[in-house]
This record gives sequence, C-alpha cells and structure tokens, in this order.
Amino acid sequence: MTPEELGKLAAKEQKARSACKHRVNVCCAAGCASMNSDKIKDDLQSAIKEKGIADQVQVRSVGCMGLCAAGPLVSIESEGKSVMYKGVTDGDVSEVVESLEGKPIERLNLPTDMPFFARQEKIVLENCGVIDPERIEDYIAVGGYAALIKALTEMTPAGVVGEITRSGLRGRGGAGYPTGLKWGTVAKSPAREGRKYIVCNADEGDPGAFMDRSVLESDPHRVLEGMAIAAYAVGATHGFLYVRAEYPLAIKRLKRAISQAQKIGVLGANILSTTFSFNLEIRLGAGAFVCGEETALIASIEGNRGQPRPRPPYPAEFGLWGCPTLINNVETFANIAPIVDRGFRWFASIGTDKSKGTKVFALAGKIENTGLVEVPMGIKLRDIIEDIGGGIPDGGKFKAVQTGGPSGGCIPKQYMDMPIDYESVKEAGSIMGSGGMIVMDESSSMVDVAKYFMEFCKSESCGKCVPCRVGTAQMYDLLEKIHKGEGASDDLAMLESLCELVSQTSLCGLGQTAPNPVLSTLRYFRHEYLELLRDGQKELAAAGADKGKDGAV
Amino acid sequence: MTTMTASPSSAAHDIQVVTLKIDDQEVSASRNQTILQVAAENQIEIPTLCFMPGLKPMGSCRICLVELAGSPRLFAACVTRVSEGMTVITDSPRLRKYRKQIVELLFVERNHVCSVCVSNGRCELQALAVKLGITHITQPYRYDKMVVDSSHDLFRLDHNRCVLCTRCVRVCDQIEGAHVWDVAGRGIDCRITADLNLPWGDSDVCTSCGKCVHICPTGALTEKGTAVAEMRKQPDFLPYLTIMRENH
Repeated sequence: MTPEELGKLAAKEQKARSACKHRVNVCCAAGCASMNSDKIKDDLQSAIKEKGIADQVQVRSVGCMGLCAAGPLVSIESEGKSVMYKGVTDGDVSEVVESLEGKPIERLNLPTDMPFFARQEKIVLENCGVIDPERIEDYIAVGGYAALIKALTEMTPAGVVGEITRSGLRGRGGAGYPTGLKWGTVAKSPAREGRKYIVCNADEGDPGAFMDRSVLESDPHRVLEGMAIAAYAVGATHGFLYVRAEYPLAIKRLKRAISQAQKIGVLGANILSTTFSFNLEIRLGAGAFVCGEETALIASIEGNRGQPRPRPPYPAEFGLWGCPTLINNVETFANIAPIVDRGFRWFASIGTDKSKGTKVFALAGKIENTGLVEVPMGIKLRDIIEDIGGGIPDGGKFKAVQTGGPSGGCIPKQYMDMPIDYESVKEAGSIMGSGGMIVMDESSSMVDVAKYFMEFCKSESCGKCVPCRVGTAQMYDLLEKIHKGEGASDDLAMLESLCELVSQTSLCGLGQTAPNPVLSTLRYFRHEYLELLRDGQKELAAAGADKGKDGAV
Repeated sequence: MTTMTASPSSAAHDIQVVTLKIDDQEVSASRNQTILQVAAENQIEIPTLCFMPGLKPMGSCRICLVELAGSPRLFAACVTRVSEGMTVITDSPRLRKYRKQIVELLFVERNHVCSVCVSNGRCELQALAVKLGITHITQPYRYDKMVVDSSHDLFRLDHNRCVLCTRCVRVCDQIEGAHVWDVAGRGIDCRITADLNLPWGDSDVCTSCGKCVHICPTGALTEKGTAVAEMRKQPDFLPYLTIMRENH
C-alpha cells in the first residue's frame, strides 16, 4: 500500500462513519469485559437489528474509557451530541435502544463534564474508548500511521531522533531516562552483523498498575506505529514485543493488529512502498517480575533464565544477541506518533520544565473513581486524588498514596500540593514508576504495606546476587516480626541497616529499589513502627517531642 | 589503517592502553581488562567469591564491589572494564562494612557450621570471613532444611553448604561442555540442580570429571569418603586448562 492509498482508506472510513446517525460504543477492555460487556454489545446489536434501524446505528466494541469503577460503560455519539452510560446491564439494552431517538436515560447517565473526564489531557489514551482496537481501519480513520508516513517520506532518521530529543520525552517505564538520548545512542552504535533491535517492554508487573495493559487492549496500533518509527530512526529492522502472559486480551489484540498491519503494508518488508523494512514478533513473559528489568528481559527473549546482568555495557550498545537494542516501555512508544505528527514544540509545551507531556496513572485502592487517567505532568497530587479521583469513599480520610509499585514509596498528605513530575516524586521518597497509584486511607497500616511489598520483592528476586536474595528474605522476616508485635528496637536498627546494604550493593534495579517502600514508610510513619515495638515507647516519646520538625505526622 | 600518516585523532579509535589509579597507585592496563585483573597484576588484592579465573565472570556475589571516584554507585570489579583516567577505591570503611554484611548474609542463609564440615580449614567462605574480620553473626539464622544428594558414585552435593556462586554451573557449561548443573527456583528458594532436577547420580550427561567439585569454594560439592576437614580441592587446573585451550 502506498501513502496515497492509505489516505483514501482513511477518507472512506470517515465517510462510512459520518453516514451513521448514531454510534454506540461499548467498552470491551479487560475491566468492562469482565462484567460481560461483550454480551451487552451483542444484545445491543441484535436489538437494533430487530428494530430495523441497523443502517442508521453503528455498534462497536471500543477500548478503555477510563472510569473502570463504573463499568460496563457505553457511550453514544449522535449528531454532535454524546452521552455516556455507566453500569449498563443486560436488562438495560432495550431501554438504551429506545433512548436513541428520545431523551437520555437519567438513571444510567454519567456526566461527561465531571472532573474525572474534564480535567484529563489525553495524548496516549486519545484513541482509547474511541476506536475499535480490533480494526486497523478505525485507527487509520483517526489519523493512524500518518506519523509513520511523515517520518518515512519527509524526515531523515537523525531528524526523527532530533524531534524526539527536543520534545523532552522521558521514558515512561519508571526511571525517566531521556528517550531521545537513548534513541541517539542506539542510532550511533554500530550494528552487529547488520542487526539492531527494537524491544517494547510490556511486562507491566507492579501491583495495582494497568496502564500498559489498557493501551495494548484499546489502541494496539499506536504502539506498533511508535515502534516502527523508532526502528526507522535508529536503523533497526527487527523488533520484539515482550508481553506478560497474564494479559491474554492484550496479546490477542496485538497479534491481530500485527497481522492487519502486515497485510496493509505498514509492517514487514518495504513499508508503504519505501525501502524501509521492519518485522515484529511477540514474546510472552512467563510470570517473572524481574523480566521487566531490561537485561533480564533480554536474557528471557534470548531463551535464557530471566536474570539481569551487570551494566555497563548497556543494551543500547550490547543488547539482544550482542546487538544494539532499543528498549522502551509501552507508554513511551504510544507517545511517539503524536510527537512526530504534531511536532516537538507542541509536546514540549505540555508539562513542566523537566518533565514534558502527560502521564497515565492507574488509580486504585481507597478512591471513589478507580480507573485510568491521563494528566499533564506537573498536576498537583491533590487534583488527581480529590478532583479527578473523587476523593476517598465512605467519608474516609486520605493517608498516603503508594506510587512506583515495589520500587516506589508512600507519599503522605503533606505532599498533596506537590506537582507530579519525576524530580518532585523522587524528592518525596518515591518514584514516578510506571504509573500505579494505590490510595490508602486512615485504616491502612503502613508497616503492613511495607511488609506486603517486601514479600513481593522477596518472592520476585531472581536469586542471582546475595544482597537481594538473602537481604529481602531477612527484611521480610524482620517486618513480619515487627508487625506481629514481637520486634524490638534492635530489629528496627537491623532492618534499616539491611535497607542500606540491599539498596547500595544489589546487582539490578529490583534489589536496589526493594527497600524503598520500607524507607519511605519509615520516613513518614516511623511512629507506626515504634508503636509495634516491644520497647518503642522511649523513642516514640522522643519523636513526639520533635513532632513537626522533620515533617513526621 | 587506511590513512598513510597517523594522526592523534585517527589513532583515538585504536588506543588499546589506558592509565588509571587504583588506591592511589598509578597503573597501566589494556582497555579490555577488568578492574580485578589490573588490580591483581599490581598486587592489589580485592576480595572475591563467585569469581574464578578461567570462567566468565558473573558479578553476582557483590564481594568485589569497588568505588569509582565521581560515582555514587558501586561496581563489581570482576565485570567492570577499566577506562582512561578512572580512579578506583578498593578499600574503604563503607566497602568493608558492606562486604562483611554480605558474607554474614551467606552465613545465615544456609548451614555453614565449620566444625562439622569436610572443607573446614580449606574453605573459601571461611577464609573470606577470617580476612574480613567476621567474629560473630548478628543476623538471625535461616537454616532452611535442605537435602544432601549422595546419588553420585564419586561425589556428593550438600545444598546446606552451597552459596550459589554458580562456579559449578559455569565450569560444566563453559569448560566441560556438559551443562549438568543449573539453577532452579527464584530468590531465597534458588537451588543448584542436575539435569532437569534429577538426582546427580541419574544424570545422563555428567562425565564424572570432578571439575565442579574442585572449584566449589565451600563444602557443597565434595568427594565421597571425606570426613571433617579432609576435603582437599585442587582448583589450579582451571587457569592452565583455559590458557592451553585458548592457545592451541
């Protein structure tokens, strides 16, 4: 297919779309699908057929609309107006069909001007809940693969790298490494036996995080397009999508997307009738959290035991089978097409000085509106929790939010007005991470939280290096002892010294960051540990005298 | 070289020799050497455990961690290559503290009671503890109960003494070419296994060469028929074997 033919396809698709009077979108991403939204879609379709208005109404399954807490969600666009329904069940189907020509159903109505929707700024998720993830035509109709055409026909590979560098995009996997810098390094590394690789890290493993899952389930082509542009920019011809096997729907949709893209000629040999070729394969993770670490991920794709190796050399120089390899996370790749399409200035105008663009967060825990949100960098934590998230349910009081999963920490309420960007979150003792946000209210025990994450790290440690293998197990035992009320101040001192050892001497990021949940809860909620100690009263009294001095609550 | 006249800039790519500082000593090195190799050449001793001359280094025991001036991170000397102008610190209060703690973690992980061990007096873990000045253990012991595999005709595997340095895995794979050994499980549950988790004696591919036994740093792999403090290991074969293989 040539670029012109692709344009014609987009126009045809748009025409077919505008010919319909009503468009009914049913969310069929994992959250709503688990509440039988597939069946609701089928029922809607047959009800509309029965009514004889099938030529005026288009029923489609779309990706995630964000507010998972209120699923199954159905949105209806008719002649410029749009309405969204929450908690739709089988019994509501006939009423929904009736309402197409009449008034919206009050009972099911979800106001789209509520802060949850209105305060978001969507780049990564702009197509989620809008297009059918299983049809490439839908993606093309909303401007999909236009950025790839632009890159291949109007830009040099170095020009693409420059565009990404100047946009200020940073890796969305957690550490926030400048994406352009990484691309530049891979582009400049000499290919080994003519080979370089692109890898998309979709081994999302943080408890409570489901951003990448949603993007893959709702807009898989966006990720493929980003990877193809990256391959062109760094000179790679082959890529891997490393997806965790626990995401069957994402895998199914990715497989379908890849075969559609190959068929239409935006993946494979001589993409869009140019000299550029790029092939993509899926590799499934086998359930190890550590395989999200880039060197362990490489080992896993190569067919070896998923264990990290010391860096340097970095994968950018020495990656898959010793070849230069670019590894980016799903959300990072999903940002590429809009940057290439709309230019770096547009992207750099969003966010803060050092953190550009938007970030997708998965809101979970004690919060009213659990689900997926995309907000500009620099937004205040309070805006996310209280405004967009709708606050704490059942009149509870906010205590802390856990970000960054097992590598992150708990941010307490005194940081509610902190802007969310890489540096500020790090300063507060956590990390941005991949975007999980677990909200906790006053009923949560912070020692329990630390224990939970340590148990996770202990069982996910690969066992290669001594500090992480034995250190996490020892720390977990100490936390359990303290949690049971059997610990003494010696145990706390030992815990703190192990935290230092494991963070300073572990081989990879898993071990180096494993103590973070303990360190951050000790920093802000030390009194909760002291209260559980057999001999904590003395230090507790001393801490009470200093209250407020170091920000302790 | 395609150019007739050599200029400093064209030679820059091909510079093979670097100078660096290790513990205030100026040393020269070849660019592809590791910190550990260069230190050893200059009689600067860096403690190691999983490292074994002749095998590919792993950087996994973290005993040989060193400081590099200008970096807050620590680097494993066995896998970090030297570079021009590098300043390496191999001994500091911080490094000494961490090394002691790591060895202590190994002692609490499994049963390493020397007085009843066949390798007593000739054990690398024991020697390391002595060298680092470990006189007692402060951490709670784990001592998970583990089996002893005596199924092999000549040798014995005692998991209780294993430190998971993977020297046996590497020598069997890289030198003997049999790949009998591997690591099963994750984290604290990691175990050395023969073939696909068979008793050692049932392994089809084991050649009974004994290389793994002689380079095992502790009493985990031993010859049968040895009593307390009787196991004498001869690991010196390995560097010679490697040199001979590489040169012939």
